[in-house]
Amino acid sequence: MAEKMTGAEMVIQALADQGVEHIFGYPGGAALPIYDAMFQQDAVQHILVRHEQGATHMAEGYARSTGKPGVVLVTSGPGATNAVTGLTDALMDSIPLVCITAQVPTTLIGTDGFQECDTVGITRSCTKYNYLVKRVEDLPRIMHEAFLIATTGRPGPVVVDIPKDIQFALGDYYKPDLETLRHQSYRPQMDGDADAIEAAVDLMLKAERPIFYTGGGVINAGPQASEHLRELAELTGFPVTSTLMGLGAFPASNPQWLGMLGMHGSYEANLAMHDCDVMINIGARFDDRITGRVDAFSPNSRKIHVDIDPSSINKVVHVDLPVIGDCERVLSEMVRVWRSKTNQPRSEAIAPWWKQIQKWRDVGSFNFKNSDTVIKPQYAIQRLYEATKKQSKEVFITTEVGQHQMWAAQHFHFDKPNHWMTSGGLGTMGYGLPAAVGVQVAHPDALVIDIAGEASVQMTMQELSTAVQYRLPIKIFILNNERMGMVRQWQDLLHGSRYAHSYSESLPDFVKLAEAYGGKGIRCDNPAELDAAIAEMLDYDGPVLFDVLVEKDENCLPMIPSGKPHNEIILPDTANIGDIIDEKGRALV
Amino acid sequence: MNAHLQPTGSAYFITKETQEIERHTLSVLVDNEPGILARVVGLFSARGYNIESLTVSETEHGRRLSRITVVVTATPRTLVQIKLQLERLVPVHKVHDLTTEGASLERELALIKVAGSGDHRAETLRLADAFRAQIVDATVESFVFEVTGKPGKIDSFIGLMQPLGLVEVVRTGLAAISRGQQGM
Repeated sequence: MAEKMTGAEMVIQALADQGVEHIFGYPGGAALPIYDAMFQQDAVQHILVRHEQGATHMAEGYARSTGKPGVVLVTSGPGATNAVTGLTDALMDSIPLVCITAQVPTTLIGTDGFQECDTVGITRSCTKYNYLVKRVEDLPRIMHEAFLIATTGRPGPVVVDIPKDIQFALGDYYKPDLETLRHQSYRPQMDGDADAIEAAVDLMLKAERPIFYTGGGVINAGPQASEHLRELAELTGFPVTSTLMGLGAFPASNPQWLGMLGMHGSYEANLAMHDCDVMINIGARFDDRITGRVDAFSPNSRKIHVDIDPSSINKVVHVDLPVIGDCERVLSEMVRVWRSKTNQPRSEAIAPWWKQIQKWRDVGSFNFKNSDTVIKPQYAIQRLYEATKKQSKEVFITTEVGQHQMWAAQHFHFDKPNHWMTSGGLGTMGYGLPAAVGVQVAHPDALVIDIAGEASVQMTMQELSTAVQYRLPIKIFILNNERMGMVRQWQDLLHGSRYAHSYSESLPDFVKLAEAYGGKGIRCDNPAELDAAIAEMLDYDGPVLFDVLVEKDENCLPMIPSGKPHNEIILPDTANIGDIIDEKGRALV
Repeated sequence: MNAHLQPTGSAYFITKETQEIERHTLSVLVDNEPGILARVVGLFSARGYNIESLTVSETEHGRRLSRITVVVTATPRTLVQIKLQLERLVPVHKVHDLTTEGASLERELALIKVAGSGDHRAETLRLADAFRAQIVDATVESFVFEVTGKPGKIDSFIGLMQPLGLVEVVRTGLAAISRGQQGM
């Protein structure tokens, strides 16, 4: 049943019909009709951000913590270009976003009009799909199709660019039928091939040194996928490791958990990956932070790769057994097939493997030398984790990018999916603060903490103002070492400790800054006072900027340097990291 | 298994790709929508794939479908990636590798301008006849030939025209279709 309305009203109606409750945005000339339509309704609540990049990261945090798509509304020109970083971030990490960008009127397109930019051209390579709406008749279909494409298959960002005259134009709004809506060419394969799954289980049944290598795909496939993963791990008795993006899919408290793998992953996870005979990759993509040197990556294993995106198969690492499909469905099938073949875990056959893993575990690769005079960043995260465990609230963690992010992944432990929000693929400094805002919007009663670095957090600091405006009590836990710690570490590792621009000579007073924004500021530099200060932060009902002054030159270890295989990992007791990498390795990123 | 034997597209590959570069013709069936060509070409440039030739035109007006014929050079491993990456684009329906999927026909059209007089002119016409090139424009000083065929035939014809007063060439790029009764 069609209803007459303007394009702007259609946008809002479509959002309401999609069940969208929150939208993150910033108005501007070309977007005014949509803002006007929004003003006259209550279904969709708008969160006014301070910069459009913030809106995109908020939407990402919102999406990642709820499983629902995040929605962004920005104006033409700079509004759209400011959103590009967040769109790219969402593409790399497969986060469902719908970003509505306003555009100059169709008659002005191509004339270099005020605040005009080629939004579809600019965003073509950083979205899963994008549209320029040229006729109001197409708008209802495009709006709904955008949600379908963003949320199905391998999720990702979709841009809908709407010229101002289309927003004013009158047309018939209808809610299209899902089946007719679907692009004929867009058919993500959800069910894994039955023979491939059977073959995978057969391979697993013969494994002597198996490992589950899981990734963000398990999170994206929904909480049921995590349930199936736990079930499969229990049935098989196999060890489980995960990428940065997949943390929480498998509980860190489970004895089968090996910790994160990859460049700063645990010794046991990386060595087990290197020495395994059967690798079961579920929803991960053999990212270069995981594989290290590819031609020495897990040289003697048979590799099973479950992924919803066929182009992930054999892209980086050659696999023996690809299974294309949704992780949730494939895992549930694997559980069923395993059950049909045996009711025993392979505990006995893999006992020597577990023994070996235990030896690696005993190395204690996440250990660090603590201090009573200066706060070690790892210690700060450990204390934060302990303090949050006692909370009755749900705890969500976001991070920025750098050393603190890796330490958070190492020392903060997750037992549930969708509680860990971080920028993995793109590595976007400035992600964490706005992401925390987005998470808090979705979960008003939860405890949302951005574990941050003092450099990253300044990239999107202005969103603290958004948090204050909407009374979102996010906690920003800054591990302040007065350096871009990871850059400094790489300069030690690769560039003779010549610290080219990796430190700041004029940091703001974060306590005063917090107060200037209308939040609370706390500073702590004494390990003995840390617990009390954390408690003060957690007890405060409002946004807190917590400036933890930590050890300035701590290295993030263990580390697999670029160009090295997993078994050449640098452990924490290494005295001088500057002598490890040869000339060739220096060229790598 | 044997990851070390497999060349890789990772940022970390240290060994060079050992596989031979091959030339393949891909036929890509796409929705004829604004920006589709930019999407396909953008994919090639973003991921560093090589295009040798590319042609595109609407082929089924009713269903608004276009066929893109693209000739690429890559290692066998990258060729698979190219096909999968193309299929990942939302408006792409199908990608067929005509080089590997059975017998196929390939044709190209070229317009070739040759200027000259006297003996050269007579020789030009003899060769044009041998290549079944049509004269589509003639002046007392020049010809424009239309020649169709496999790219190799066109290359040869152009080569022969070179010393006979070749002025300029324009080529359509390759159109290709599989043999037999099956369509895409």
